[in-house]
Amino acid sequence: MTQKQTPSQTIGPFFAYGLTPEQYGYNLTSIAAPDVANKDQAGEHIRIEGQIFDGEGVTVGDAMIEIWQADAAGRYAHPADSRGSNADFTGFGRVGTGTDPERRFFFETIKPGAVGDGQAPHINVIVFMRGMLNHAYTRIYLSDEVEANAADPVLAGIPDHRRGTLIAKRDDSGAGPVYRFDIHMQGADETVFFDL
Amino acid sequence: MTDKLGFKPRNWNSHPAYLSPDYKSTALRSPTKPLVPLAQSLSEITGPVYGHESVGPLDADLTRNGATAGEPLGERIIVTGRVLDEDGRALPNTLIEVWQANAAGRYVHAADQHDAPLDPNFFGGGRCATNAEGWYAFKTIKPGAYPWGNHLNAWRPNHIHFSLFGPSFATRLITQMYFPGDPLLDLDPIFLATPEAARGRLVADFSLEATEPGVALGYRFDIVLRGRNETPMED
Ligand SMILES: [Fe+2]
Repeated sequence: MTQKQTPSQTIGPFFAYGLTPEQYGYNLTSIAAPDVANKDQAGEHIRIEGQIFDGEGVTVGDAMIEIWQADAAGRYAHPADSRGSNADFTGFGRVGTGTDPERRFFFETIKPGAVGDGQAPHINVIVFMRGMLNHAYTRIYLSDEVEANAADPVLAGIPDHRRGTLIAKRDDSGAGPVYRFDIHMQGADETVFFDL
Repeated sequence: MTDKLGFKPRNWNSHPAYLSPDYKSTALRSPTKPLVPLAQSLSEITGPVYGHESVGPLDADLTRNGATAGEPLGERIIVTGRVLDEDGRALPNTLIEVWQANAAGRYVHAADQHDAPLDPNFFGGGRCATNAEGWYAFKTIKPGAYPWGNHLNAWRPNHIHFSLFGPSFATRLITQMYFPGDPLLDLDPIFLATPEAARGRLVADFSLEATEPGVALGYRFDIVLRGRNETPMED
């Protein structure tokens, strides 16, 4: 029997104790965290961080970001990927922007491998916040993957002047590699959001 | 091999528009450019796998999981229903996370400034998972209405926030469940941002069948996530 989709509603301002409780210090176990990979996880360990800007350029302090990614070998921890991923790498991370003084989101993870379908290595992203009635999908591509990015069919379909909004800039000046990925909800640098 | 099938699109006749001017916060937080169509690949048809193993012993009983020295105040309720896809197929072993205000309309969240009492015996966050037939249930306290700053004398109707993954990244859903007969529904810019024909899907039904005699009123709330395409994805 045909059913109709349940409408989306906003996450609202008060999600933290339910969805990101440990990060915010509430007494409930979290199902996911900003730390996606443990120390022993195979692959290059990286940090991803960024800020979310609203239409006036103000940082958003009550957003939640989720990431979903393949492991270093390009495999997803999900039954539809029959190749199988590293046993203890879920590839899923979740963080709120309300605990960092600069309202950054941040993930400690590993650099994803290419899935092998012609797409460049990337991290799948969902953005939620008060004031958004639907979540928004975007992707993080990696600035050091120059050749793979040039051949990526998704990036190829995006107008030149917007493509850069999907590419996180790698910084090797610190202790470990950091990819900086800012999200602009509106304006000249508005991030590309996907309908998928 | 249903695992390899992509998912039907988000039905924009069911979901609110990003920009809904009566809900003022959407003005600066809505994408202004059209969404870019993205063909589904393994990245979209896979997703985090969470089920029963993510649910602790008290997680589905919000009348007990925050109790410190007694029972929470308010009207005990049971919320139950099925999680289905658009073809009516049950979605088994799928995680549901919920969060809500207490009976006085106050959240435990540190940023909630509403001058209503916290309840030392109520936390307001929990989770449950669907069984093999897609049924879920949790016990809680009926949340109170609370004021918010959207406009003069704005009050949110009683609601419970729901978060679901479903089988893939594409089926992710965050929504709110409302209660039947609430006079605030007709005044709420968030509920009213939903296309009119779809609003009823956000309102639970009172259910005598789900009511536990002498203990708690029952409400039925079914949730429908995006269904599978009939034809396999291109490789
Ligand atoms: Fe709420």
